[in-house]
Amino acid sequence: MPEIKITPLGAGQDVGRSCILVSIGGKNIMLDCGMHMGYNDDRRFPDFSYITQNGRLTEFLDCVIISHFHLDHCGALPYMSEMVGYDGPIYMTHPTKAICPILLEDFRKITVDKKGETNFFTSQMIKDCMKKVVPINLHQTVQVDEELEIKAYYAGHVLGAAMVQIKVGSESVVYTGDYNMTPDRHLGAAWIDKCRPDILISESTYATTIRDSKRCRERDFLKKVHETVERGGKVLIPVFALGRAQELCILLETFWERMNLKAPIYFSTGLTEKANHYYKLFITWTNQKIRKTFVQRNMFEFKHIKAFDRSYADNPGPMVVFATPGMLHAGQSLQIFKKWAGNEKNMVIMPGYCVQGTVGHKILNGQKKLEIEGRQTLEVKLQVEYMSFSAHADAKGIMQLIRMAEPRNILLVHGEAKKMEFLKDKIEQEFSVSCYMPANGETTTIVTNPSVPVDISLNLLKREMALGGPLPDPKRPRTMHGTLIMKDNSLRLVSPEQALKELGLSEHQLRFTCRVQLHDPHSDNDTLGRIYTHLKSVLKSYSIQHVPDGTVIVESIVIKVTSSAEEPNLKAILLSWSYQDEELGSFLSTLLKKGLPS
Amino acid sequence: MKLYCLSGHPTLPCNVLKFKSTTIMLDCGLDTTAALSFLPLPLVHSPRLSKLPGWVSKDGAINLEKELKECSGRVFVDSQPEFCLPEKELLDLSTIDVILISNYHCMMALPYITEHTGFTGTVYATEPTLQIGRLLMEELVTFMERVPKAHAASCWKNKDIQRLLPSPLKDAADVWSWRTCYSMSEVNSALSKVQLVGYSQKVELFGAVLVTPLSSGYSLGSSNWIIQSHYEKVSYVSGSSLLTTHPQPMEQGSLKNSDVLILTGLTQIPTANPDGMLGEFCSNLSMTIRGGGNVLVPCYSSGVIYDLLECLYQFMDSANLGSTPFYFISPVANSSLEFSQIFAEWLCQNKQSKVYLPEPPFPHAELIQTNKLKHYPSIHGDFSSEFRQPCVVFTGHPSLRFGDVVHFMELWGKSGLNTIIFTEPDFSYLDALAPYQPLAMKCVYCPIDTRLNFHQVSKLLKDIQPLHVVCPEPYTQPPPAQAHRSDLMLELQPPPMAYRRCSVLGLPFRRRYERIQLLPELAKSLVPSEIKPGVSVATVSAVLQSKDNKHVLQPVPKPAPVPPSKKRKRVMEEPPEVLNPKPLLSGAVPLEPFLATLHKNGIMEVKVEETADGHILHLQAEDVLIQLEEDGTHIICDNNEPLRTALRDLVLRFLQKL
Repeated sequence: MPEIKITPLGAGQDVGRSCILVSIGGKNIMLDCGMHMGYNDDRRFPDFSYITQNGRLTEFLDCVIISHFHLDHCGALPYMSEMVGYDGPIYMTHPTKAICPILLEDFRKITVDKKGETNFFTSQMIKDCMKKVVPINLHQTVQVDEELEIKAYYAGHVLGAAMVQIKVGSESVVYTGDYNMTPDRHLGAAWIDKCRPDILISESTYATTIRDSKRCRERDFLKKVHETVERGGKVLIPVFALGRAQELCILLETFWERMNLKAPIYFSTGLTEKANHYYKLFITWTNQKIRKTFVQRNMFEFKHIKAFDRSYADNPGPMVVFATPGMLHAGQSLQIFKKWAGNEKNMVIMPGYCVQGTVGHKILNGQKKLEIEGRQTLEVKLQVEYMSFSAHADAKGIMQLIRMAEPRNILLVHGEAKKMEFLKDKIEQEFSVSCYMPANGETTTIVTNPSVPVDISLNLLKREMALGGPLPDPKRPRTMHGTLIMKDNSLRLVSPEQALKELGLSEHQLRFTCRVQLHDPHSDNDTLGRIYTHLKSVLKSYSIQHVPDGTVIVESIVIKVTSSAEEPNLKAILLSWSYQDEELGSFLSTLLKKGLPS
Repeated sequence: MKLYCLSGHPTLPCNVLKFKSTTIMLDCGLDTTAALSFLPLPLVHSPRLSKLPGWVSKDGAINLEKELKECSGRVFVDSQPEFCLPEKELLDLSTIDVILISNYHCMMALPYITEHTGFTGTVYATEPTLQIGRLLMEELVTFMERVPKAHAASCWKNKDIQRLLPSPLKDAADVWSWRTCYSMSEVNSALSKVQLVGYSQKVELFGAVLVTPLSSGYSLGSSNWIIQSHYEKVSYVSGSSLLTTHPQPMEQGSLKNSDVLILTGLTQIPTANPDGMLGEFCSNLSMTIRGGGNVLVPCYSSGVIYDLLECLYQFMDSANLGSTPFYFISPVANSSLEFSQIFAEWLCQNKQSKVYLPEPPFPHAELIQTNKLKHYPSIHGDFSSEFRQPCVVFTGHPSLRFGDVVHFMELWGKSGLNTIIFTEPDFSYLDALAPYQPLAMKCVYCPIDTRLNFHQVSKLLKDIQPLHVVCPEPYTQPPPAQAHRSDLMLELQPPPMAYRRCSVLGLPFRRRYERIQLLPELAKSLVPSEIKPGVSVATVSAVLQSKDNKHVLQPVPKPAPVPPSKKRKRVMEEPPEVLNPKPLLSGAVPLEPFLATLHKNGIMEVKVEETADGHILHLQAEDVLIQLEEDGTHIICDNNEPLRTALRDLVLRFLQKL
């Protein structure tokens, strides 16, 4: 029985280090290869020894597919390909290919240069890793090898984010990566066709959340920023350089313009300008509105937002700062946070999800005293606000995607176990399909039941379709007959006659002759006539002919009547039929034995 | 399977393929050469053009001085320029299911086809093709609507008048099908029917046919198309290039194993080498500038212009052109330059990798930033105040009949210092220049046509080995001007099937099979038996389900159990339903083993009699005759139904069932 096996090495009942192994039709595929923000030890990367204990990655994997550039989806890539060792193809979209190495280099710098870790991947390794990347376009069918094909769909989560369909023969898997079902200020909504995969692997970050309208959240966000700035406070918005940052920048830029505000807005890293440039060059990946107007006005050229310098953090007066990284776990956003945390006039707005173990996660849970780097404690007096701007599908969105793709099974990853449990129940109730949520290292096996493709001779098909009439009748299904010829891996369905001819076989005629005697005081010819009338009344749906040469023919059964001169009233009825009319022949011989109605 | 040819123009094709149950239009090219018969549309009043004498036949019998004007011995129609449309009468255009567009030059007739014909289908094109195609249409409409003509000339089209007109008007074909340009609202409506596709995307049409665009290497987003079912494959090759210019290289491998290859869009200038032309372009340009003259380059707003600008970007400084202003004037100049930078996925490798830096893929971004290249929507407005001479102007339309180029012809035509350099291959430059004669300006003809030449195409066909090739008629003979050049034609075995406007070709296909799916339950229930080594057969009885041109075989549902209320006897009297026909039988019943089987089943007394074709077995106790022959068995058995069926089953044991 064909099976599909799915094993998360990361993101199983967890958010972070997404890495999912799929075995389908004899092919092995790795989906994403991320790092975990909550850990600084071995646990930050997926456990590749799951594969390597049995040999090299290159031998095991047919390909690696990266869904988008966030580090929890691609952060372990150079480690996997250069340090563990993988030389096969790595597929990702063009924007991901462009942006991913920059974020990896950033990550490397923070880890090696700032924290002083050794035994980490180097810049050269990132470059070598990227050489193995094959860029793919949306909706392009990429033939990885003769049997394995992959196709990317728009996921809307960040620039270049993709969902992928993996197909071998008639079996298929769809992996969503991270996706967003509602268009935002810079990206469109995820879309997939009704591709009916055997299993849909979906993220479930917001499994239990149903978010209010985007507009409300935006108004709320602007109100909070505005109020804080009005009372002279500073607003820190930790973000990742690409993604939410651009959306919130567009939002603040238009608000500042409309309200004629003067407080400065800064963007912390040198990446901004570069990042915005990517958006300009990959404008075809943004939403309809931006794409339509980009010639007249490029939304990614900001007037009010300036580059940040470290010294500005101590400037008096209100300001808004976008700083990286987004979960306050390191870098500039954490430094600024430390400076501003003690003042209750200030505010930090967390616009996205924070992984367990990060400062962001702690303060969102209301922790008021933080231990930083083991020594000092930091008192958190500033206001902490959480606003879900991260572009993940909420429960409603996940259900919507399921309706779009119509999968036969669903598997949840990239979420917290408790929330998954809830969503799993909901999915199983609403769609009556099985839903799985394996933990890391746990394998889910689903049995697929692929149909068998066969070449049917056009003559046979056309004949059957013509016989079936213009409209099929579901109450009276018509049975068709054919002969399946299996030869050299080809399966051909032809009519029995054609099969005989093709195989060089001759037909064997099996015939039966049966004599029935009965008394009937009429001439032979009249007896035949009486038989004809009798059969006419019994057999309504058969063709019956009375041929003048003295036979009655029912379908292909021949009936003759004879009598001897001695006993003219004792008739011998001769029935002769071939095997093809066996049932009818048998029926007629029994019927006639009972005599004719008078 | 048929091909209806609605255009005879080899590079602006419009064919309709009927394939399985679908009707597919391949490209929608608009032949704009008809515009050459018309007088140019000046942007600013031109005393020269307005003073041209009207035409009156020599004997004075025909006076068309309102409609026709004479210039340097040629007669031109004084009316809004018109274009030659694809043939509309050959088949009902409302029956077209889909239109596949291969590149932005081959879609210019789209509004004529999709609007006002009852067309309800879908148009498929790549994103760059749609966006740049839209720009070119918008430009065309703007050129026309900017300078409306009060009256339309049509008397000259009258058959009895036309044949008396001087050449080339006399010989113009299908003049009654010529139309003026469409409107912007028709363009928008036509383009709203476009569905975007990406290279190697498999698009299914009605479950019957798969169509896939492949990179053709000719222009941004240009594609060839594969149209296939499980068993038949048609490749449509249109406007392809093997040269390394800006687009993604041509994908050739997927064209292999085609039953039929429809070949259009080869180079129009097979004798000119594009690289050589580019060199000549640069040297003529710098020579003119050095001499203090201006250079006019009539061109389309997208395509080769990107390569020209890139070439100049490299050439400029070495040729001391650093301070010479370059102007690009078109209603869509800005859009064209901007759009070219956002299609990284559709560009060649080295342009693509620039985007990763991130840098714009084309160097014209830098030319604009450093003010070396300036673009304007028209000669009116900012341009008139900022314009400095000597300069280089890129502007349209390459036919020289409309657009800003008309103004520059009037402005610069009188001076021998200036040069016009033709780079677009679509129009004969002599015809284009005709209404401006006499002309002092220098003319240089450097047509750059990067499409496949005959040498490249014959090598390509050798590689991909299509069974049959269909092509426009001109490709099957040398060009008329070079009748001895047998290398400038397609020589193939079997010879290509040639078409011209209004041809209907039957394509040599014999469809024999169709794909059907056996449901797993059915497949499991089959009992294959080996007939010969390596060949097995199984009888299949199943229910056929056909939906959306997809066929599935399901197991036969079990009949509902007979209601128990019915008496057994009555059931017997019901005639059997017309149900499953029996399988065909094959093989022979061998005498000895059959006798043994009879024996085993308690039939002992058998008298065997040899006949000419086999044996007759007389089962004496039962009084039954069995005739055994090579290709048949006959059981004669009276009044003993149980015995007859038992014998039947014994015979069947020896036979194969199909």
